[in-house]
Amino acid sequence: MHHLEVKNLSASYGKLRVLSGFNLTLSKGEIVSLVGPSGSGKSTVLRVLVGLTPPTGGEVFIDGSPVSYRSKADIKSVRDRMAIVFQQYNLFQNMDVLRNVTIAPLKIKHWPKQEVEEDARRLLAKVGLAEKLHVYPDQLSGGQQQRVAIARALALQPEILLLDEVTSALDPELVTEVLDTIRALAKEGMTMLIVSHEMAFVKEIASRVVLIDKGTVVEEGPPRQVIDTPSTERAKEFFGKILRH
Amino acid sequence: MHYTFQFGVAWQRLPDLWQGALLTLELGLLTYWGGALLGLGLASLKTYGGPIGKALANGYVTFFTNTPALIQIYFIFWGLPDVGIVFSAFNAVLLGLTLNTGAYLCEIMRAGFLSVRRPEMEAAETLGFSRWQQIWHVIVPHIVKTIYPALANYAVVLMLGTSMAMIFGVEELSGRAYNVASENYRHLEMFTLVAGMYILLTMFASLLLALVGRAAFRVKTRVF
Amino acid sequence: MIVHKVVDQLARFFGPDNLGLLWQSVGMTIALTIIGCGLGFAFAFLITLARQSRGLSGAVLRIIVTLFVEVFRRIPFLVVTYLVLFGIAAFVKGASLFLIAIVAICIYATAYLSEIIRTGFESVPHQQIEAASAMNFSRWQTLLHVILPQSIPVILPPAIAFMIAFIKDTSLVSQIGVFELSFRGKELVNQGMSGLFVFGMIALIYFALSYPLTRLGRWLEKRLASSRGQEPERQLRQA
Repeated sequence: MHHLEVKNLSASYGKLRVLSGFNLTLSKGEIVSLVGPSGSGKSTVLRVLVGLTPPTGGEVFIDGSPVSYRSKADIKSVRDRMAIVFQQYNLFQNMDVLRNVTIAPLKIKHWPKQEVEEDARRLLAKVGLAEKLHVYPDQLSGGQQQRVAIARALALQPEILLLDEVTSALDPELVTEVLDTIRALAKEGMTMLIVSHEMAFVKEIASRVVLIDKGTVVEEGPPRQVIDTPSTERAKEFFGKILRH
Repeated sequence: MHYTFQFGVAWQRLPDLWQGALLTLELGLLTYWGGALLGLGLASLKTYGGPIGKALANGYVTFFTNTPALIQIYFIFWGLPDVGIVFSAFNAVLLGLTLNTGAYLCEIMRAGFLSVRRPEMEAAETLGFSRWQQIWHVIVPHIVKTIYPALANYAVVLMLGTSMAMIFGVEELSGRAYNVASENYRHLEMFTLVAGMYILLTMFASLLLALVGRAAFRVKTRVF
Repeated sequence: MIVHKVVDQLARFFGPDNLGLLWQSVGMTIALTIIGCGLGFAFAFLITLARQSRGLSGAVLRIIVTLFVEVFRRIPFLVVTYLVLFGIAAFVKGASLFLIAIVAICIYATAYLSEIIRTGFESVPHQQIEAASAMNFSRWQTLLHVILPQSIPVILPPAIAFMIAFIKDTSLVSQIGVFELSFRGKELVNQGMSGLFVFGMIALIYFALSYPLTRLGRWLEKRLASSRGQEPERQLRQA
């Protein structure tokens, strides 16, 4: 049984069809990377999964159980099991780093204060921000903010981590620190769905790459196979263009 | 105590109210343009005048924006006669509101003056524009575009503000309604109609101003 | 001759007969502003919260609130005052003028302040709202923890500016006979004092109320400009 299974998913923004007939499977501890041109729908997949954009069709299963995105209770339980990190980090500007990480476990899950704080400190140390606990987001660099966002997502102890182009908004020199954090998570066996266009990183860390274009899967397989030796025309075109520079 | 609504009676006097509305518009237009000219002069004085000019303009604006318009008109209507200057009710309101509007519009226009950036002026200069051409082709359009929403908004505020004239017996919309109500004793109904008419007038004015803004100045303002 | 007249007016104005009443009327002006606008802010806050509710039952509430705000922002304050006067007089015998004035001010202030509050709420970047949503924050939890703290510095300056400006608008309730500053001024002129002198003095009193507060308001605006609902110690450290 797959950890996550997506069958025939479709989604629209108004009249614009963004996803159609999208399929994906994710096993426990697997790291799958979604790549594709902008507008291909890759971020939309993550948004639908976490309940921010309603799907117009298709099915989603977690551990074999179906998820209905029309049901508030279902969305709630999905969000208990999946956490998302955004491209723009989206930290709460009115809270310091520690509070950003502890607020959801405390106020939403109502977990005990002592444990939540210890856990938060541990996570922030893990992402290398132990000295920045009482600093506010606007005093941090983009890379630091993104690492806080990752710690914040992990604080809710998700089974599946969704990463939406988490290095795209960063200055090149800040990208490494975030990628290092993700590498560490991979080592610990976290199930991850990563949307990215850092191809070298994708090749290194993903067990499977899915190329998506115009809302459907074009090609998928092991990274080396898909990226270096793509079989479909579209894939050849995409990777050819990307890797030439 | 139970009140019986008699809207029919009030509705019959609608033509009277329309007449009043016309006076409201007249009053609003006159005071707005008068105030705009005054405001422009004051803003120019405040931005480009010497120390005395600046002090005078500042003093004027500070005084007129920190005292109620009602008191300003009271002063003109009930106070100036003491030194021999007598105005009719309409003229007193006209003068008072114009002086008041001038102060507020001065501040709006000054914001416009201050928004002009040196690079824009320098670009115009290097392109060979003369001083006057610079002002007319570069600075004025920029200023107008920047302050148009505020100007349009104030026009609506002023239109509502003309209701003050009723206090002096001027028969604009509110004043007319009050006098008619004294005849038919349907105060509540008349003023409900008046409220409705103000809503229509302001919606119409906002719409018109927004359209003019988009067409003439390419300014995107909320239509409502 | 003129000096004699001015001195005479001064004596009457600041004499024992008038001074007490003058103070009272100033007090009334201030009371009307504070109570009326204070209540207005509270109601504006409540109705803006109501406007946040979703779903079918929420839709009715949202429509009513939106209508209320749009209507009362398009009617002159004087007309609102008269409407309240005639409306209350039609159904209630012997309602106090003060109460009528407060109701009118409250309705007017609620309409204007709710727009200010709504703008404040909407100023919080929606990405933060999405992040909260994805972490299972309910709408009200998002409002409490994320939106409110960040919208307060955006709401306070224009809200306070509105209230300070309202001191001048209270002059209009003199028309229904409320004993505030303008009313007292008119009374004095009716009693034979010089209009020039009396309204000049009244203007100065309004100025003395309005100007310092306006300056204070601008100072407050500068102070709040860079904060984002963060802890006060942090703001002190910054300043």
